[in-house]
Parts: sequence; structure tokens; C-alpha cells
Amino acid sequence: MNALSGYLLLSAFLFSIGLAGALTRRNAILVLIGIELMLNAANLNFIAFWRYGPHPEALTGVMFAIFSISVAAAEAAVGLSIILAVYRHSRTTDLDQMNSMKG
Amino acid sequence: MTISFLLLAAITIIGTAAAMSLKNLVHCVLALTLGLVGLAALYLQLGAQFVGFTQILVYVGAVAILAAFAIMMTRSAEPTKTNESSSFGLSGTLIALIVFAVMAWAIYTGTSALQVAAPQPEASVHQVGVALMHNFVLPLEIIGLLLTAALIGAGVLAMEESRRAR
Repeated sequence: MNALSGYLLLSAFLFSIGLAGALTRRNAILVLIGIELMLNAANLNFIAFWRYGPHPEALTGVMFAIFSISVAAAEAAVGLSIILAVYRHSRTTDLDQMNSMKG
Repeated sequence: MTISFLLLAAITIIGTAAAMSLKNLVHCVLALTLGLVGLAALYLQLGAQFVGFTQILVYVGAVAILAAFAIMMTRSAEPTKTNESSSFGLSGTLIALIVFAVMAWAIYTGTSALQVAAPQPEASVHQVGVALMHNFVLPLEIIGLLLTAALIGAGVLAMEESRRAR
């Protein structure tokens, strides 16, 4: 058990928490937050492999994490505005009640 | 495996687990903020300064606030049936546990024999800036384009429908 596997285990646990939230919660906002947690777990993996990998001076892991954070921010903005548009239309954020594509 | 790592990991896990299990959605967002701050501290501990500060700025500063506003605008904070877990709550948790078990097994067998060097690399903000302007110029431009598209798209989606109908 070295330092790298500690970070990888933490990242795997974060991913599982996000997956459980995305699968079990009924509110669409919390499902989106669960997906964000899974993305964050992947970012932690990138940073841990950059820190303990063979060529840290290339900064590849750091760069990938930065771009991943920006894509996740764009995804959160668009996702939350879609939830707002759906709420304005059908007056609910309950995913079990969103069962029709039209009207 | 130092004390600081264990402490930060505990903060992160408690925050995110509470964010995914609490009933009141405002409490969920507050717990999520705690978990994201713990994650940012982990990045700083690993030596990735710029990513740690970006994490605080983007997630704690923007995404959590955005989620809080979405919760207030959709009136999800009131205790309703929606805030409980869905009909397949047990099987979803079981699937997540199985996924964690498989990943933990793979990590245990794959990396525990590995000898990792500890050279303590540095990614200062200066180095990150130089790399962004030399090797990663094209991805930077594409990310700028994507963020502009996301800004316009989010604005159009959240706009009042009556204004678009005319």
C-alpha cells in the first residue's frame, strides 16, 4: 500500500458515491451533482498519476485536469438551465414524473 | 499515507456522502461545498497549485452557487416526496458498491507492488501559464470557444419561453 494507491482508492470511493447518488436520487439537480462528483474523482486520478508518474515535468496530468474542470463547468451550466427549462414547462424536478418527451 | 492525507480524505468523503444522502437540498449543496473544498486541499497537497485554486474558484465559487440558485428557483428545498430516494434506491446503492469493490480490487492488485518515486514535482502557476501558451495553445482556444457556446446556450435555454414564441 503506497501513497498512490491511497489516492486511487479515495478517487474510486468518490466515484462510487457519485454513481450511487446519480442512480438513486429522484431530484434532477442532485443527479447532476452526482455526475459532477464522478468527474471530480477522475480529476483526482489525473493529479495523482501526474504526481507519482514517471514524467511530471511535462505537466500533462495538470493540463488535462484543468481542461476537464472547464468542460465540467460548461456541462453544469447547460445542465442546470435545461432543468430550469423543464421545470418551467412541467412544474417538477422529479425524474420519476418526467416521463413524456412532448407536453 | 500521512495524517494530512487521511484528514483531508475524511473531510472529502464525509462532505460528498452527506451531499448525496441528506433530505434537505440546501443542506446537500452546503455539504457538497465542504467535500469540494477537501478535494481542492488534496490537489494543493499533491503540489498542483493552479488546479487547487481553479477547483475552489470554479466548483466552490460557481457550480455550488449555481446549484443553490437552481434549487431555490425550482422550489426543491421544501420537504417533498421528490427529495427521497427513488424506487430502485437499494439496487442503485448495491451497483455502486459493486463498482467500488471491482475498482478497489484492481487498484490493490495493480499498484501495491509498484515502486513509486517521490521526487515532489512542482507545477507552479508560472509553469502552467508557460505550458498553456506554448504546448497547449490549441486546446486553450477550443476551451474558450466551448465556454462561449455554453454561455450562449445556457442563456438561450433559461430564457422565458414567451419571448421566444413571438
